[in-house]
Amino acid sequence: MSNLEYTLPVIWALLIGFSVALYVVLDGFDLGIGILFPFYRKEADRDLVMNSVAPFWDGNETWLVMGGAGLWVAFPKAYAIVMPAVYLPVIVMLLALIFRGVAFEFRWVAKPRHRKWDIAFAAGSTIAAFAQGAVLGALLQEIRVENGAFAGGSLDWLTPFSLMCGVALVVGYALLGATWLMMKTSGNVELQARRMGIPLLFGLLGFIVLVSIWTPLEIERIAQRWFSIPNFYFLSQVPLATLLLTWLCWRGIRKNHAITPFASAIGLFLLAYAGLVISNAPYLVPPSVTLWQAAAHPSSQVFFLIGATILIPLILVYFVFVFWLFRGKLKPGEGYH
Amino acid sequence: METVAGIDATLLARIQFAFTISFHIIFPAFTIGLSAFIATLEVLWLRSGQQHDQAHYHTLARFWTKIFAVSFAMGVVSGIVLSYQIGTNWSRFSEAVGNTIGPLLGYEVLTAFFLEASFLGVMLFGWNRVPPWLHMLSSIVVALGTALSGFWILSANSWMQTPAGFEMRDGIAYPVDWSEIIFNPSFPYRFAHMMIATYLTTSLVVLATGARYLLAGRFEREARTMVHMGLGMVAVMAPLQLLVGDLHGLNTLEHQPAKIAAIEAHWDGSKPAPFVIFAWPDEKAERNIAELSVPHAGSLVLKHDPQGLFPGLRDFKPEDRPPVVPVFFAFRLMLAIGLLMIVIGLGGALLWWRKRLFESRRYLSFVARCWPLGFIAILAGWMVTEIGRQPWVAYGLVRTAQATSPVAAPTIALSLLLFVLVYCVVFSVGIVYVYRMLAKGPALVPHAPDALPNRPLSVVQRSDGGPA
Repeated sequence: MSNLEYTLPVIWALLIGFSVALYVVLDGFDLGIGILFPFYRKEADRDLVMNSVAPFWDGNETWLVMGGAGLWVAFPKAYAIVMPAVYLPVIVMLLALIFRGVAFEFRWVAKPRHRKWDIAFAAGSTIAAFAQGAVLGALLQEIRVENGAFAGGSLDWLTPFSLMCGVALVVGYALLGATWLMMKTSGNVELQARRMGIPLLFGLLGFIVLVSIWTPLEIERIAQRWFSIPNFYFLSQVPLATLLLTWLCWRGIRKNHAITPFASAIGLFLLAYAGLVISNAPYLVPPSVTLWQAAAHPSSQVFFLIGATILIPLILVYFVFVFWLFRGKLKPGEGYH
Repeated sequence: METVAGIDATLLARIQFAFTISFHIIFPAFTIGLSAFIATLEVLWLRSGQQHDQAHYHTLARFWTKIFAVSFAMGVVSGIVLSYQIGTNWSRFSEAVGNTIGPLLGYEVLTAFFLEASFLGVMLFGWNRVPPWLHMLSSIVVALGTALSGFWILSANSWMQTPAGFEMRDGIAYPVDWSEIIFNPSFPYRFAHMMIATYLTTSLVVLATGARYLLAGRFEREARTMVHMGLGMVAVMAPLQLLVGDLHGLNTLEHQPAKIAAIEAHWDGSKPAPFVIFAWPDEKAERNIAELSVPHAGSLVLKHDPQGLFPGLRDFKPEDRPPVVPVFFAFRLMLAIGLLMIVIGLGGALLWWRKRLFESRRYLSFVARCWPLGFIAILAGWMVTEIGRQPWVAYGLVRTAQATSPVAAPTIALSLLLFVLVYCVVFSVGIVYVYRMLAKGPALVPHAPDALPNRPLSVVQRSDGGPA
């Protein structure tokens, strides 16, 4: 393997990892407010909740397309194995995203007969989050691969573990959504978000602990990674940091801080994500396909990398611009519509 | 092979892709042109110095932005489906050509999707948050983003039609020359043809909407502007489209002669081709039934010579021919609509020149019904080019039957069923909502001074005559 053939896939894995992390955080809070939607009963509250993400949702969701397209471009072999393996949950996720995406516009046009779009928004967000968790769970378990292609059945992904991951992601996104509302809203909407925040925080912590025990027990390779010496000394920082962030988040929610709860919830997500990467690197399709085996031709990777190097910083600039433009708390009754 | 109701996995996957992409294309076909229209309106409004007698530009920009928002949302969610479907249903295709056209779609995401999505937020929700020039700039950026998106997706599609700049090793296409890949032989023609089609589609909708309000005696100032702007575009673009379409056809003849033979239902390549106006192509007997045609006209169009010869369907092995009937009819439908658009454009221009445009109720009530024409022509045109590409998914390289995922037929059937159900419900409702907004008209939007808090409200006179 030449130097280029070694480094390019690593760079691309980092870039796609970055995109997916950004997606999880950004669409996480925006699906999260959809998950929390049914708990707000008053129409004015629901308007405010939805308005708090209306200018951002489309941009947030674009990172999902970036993750999918990036995987295809840089690692076509992994893309061709994974997509058929998680066929059903991916289709369900896409359909759910349709319902919740159009609800952003349809709900306002349909008023005052918008109840069906309230339901579409809440159910779509929840099901999309659950399906993403199930896809993650299916990836962490072993996908059957023969001769470089998926060789399993349509329901292989359906296991207690993947279902648990689905529920875990719903809880996690709901926490991101609640902490977002603490930051972006005031009055009753904020108050209720703080009330819901605490149980969601401990729920998420519970799932993180569960996954951290379940995966090394089930999969020898992951236990090796974490508990062999000297790895253990470095890696034990991850759970410690998780506890610290949980405490910060809890304190921020209780003490009515605006930003700390959201920031520390993001931190929790990133740590959990880092944990999964530590468990599974360098596999893209654990445990059969590594990032080097799945990589595209170096020319394809370089060609796309040139664009990404120039454009991703630019994209981040206009993301920051839009978030800055719509900064601050929304007051009850205030909307963009 | 496993089947569902006699349909195998490949055909199910094809039906699913055709269904989802046909639904999807309706929205970009409209929003590419609409974003350019809105940006133009904002430029005109700013250039007029935001004078109140020019407020109709502002009113129109805000009104169409609302419609844009709903249409764009439907385009986004139906588009995400497609980007994943390449993997779920066509994994062997994605592996075989991922190295060459994958990056093109990647560039579409990086250069277009993020641009559109970010500035869309400003465009929809920033009316009172940013100064008018910045809002105008955002609208221009969104319009640019939609056109860039068209650039990349049409480049990728054209590569599937006329692959170039690659080498095949072990069934995988590896890149050799990126500029040859991007600017592959059919790309310039297809891109021009599609962009003109989207601008025509939107112009017809705008024209029809303006005509509709004029007939009802509502929003007169806005309606006249819409009729003028829509008609102006149709009068220029419709004839231009015929020219570009002709060049595109010549290019197809060079690179995909089997497709042209199917378009013309031309069986015998040893004789000059007529232009078949109507026929029922009988694929088993390899001839046309009930043919009505103009002798030598086909050769004249395609070879610019009445005696010119080009390959007929019999020159290709049956397994290398595209299905003839759908390609043949879809082409005629597209062509007929194209010619009708030229009539609408030139007829309207003549009335305009004679200053009778707004008096001619017959013309107005005719164009008021013509709003769906562009959509139908675009769908028909895509059927011609995509069905005409069969039996290949990447022309001459990968056969469609070898491109599918290792997913069982019942699973694809189930997901197809779900797509049909969801799309029919969600997008029909969406189209009803758009229609309802069009019926309400510009009365929906706040008055122009919203963006100009210093000016007194009373100065604004709106031309809204009828009930909202």
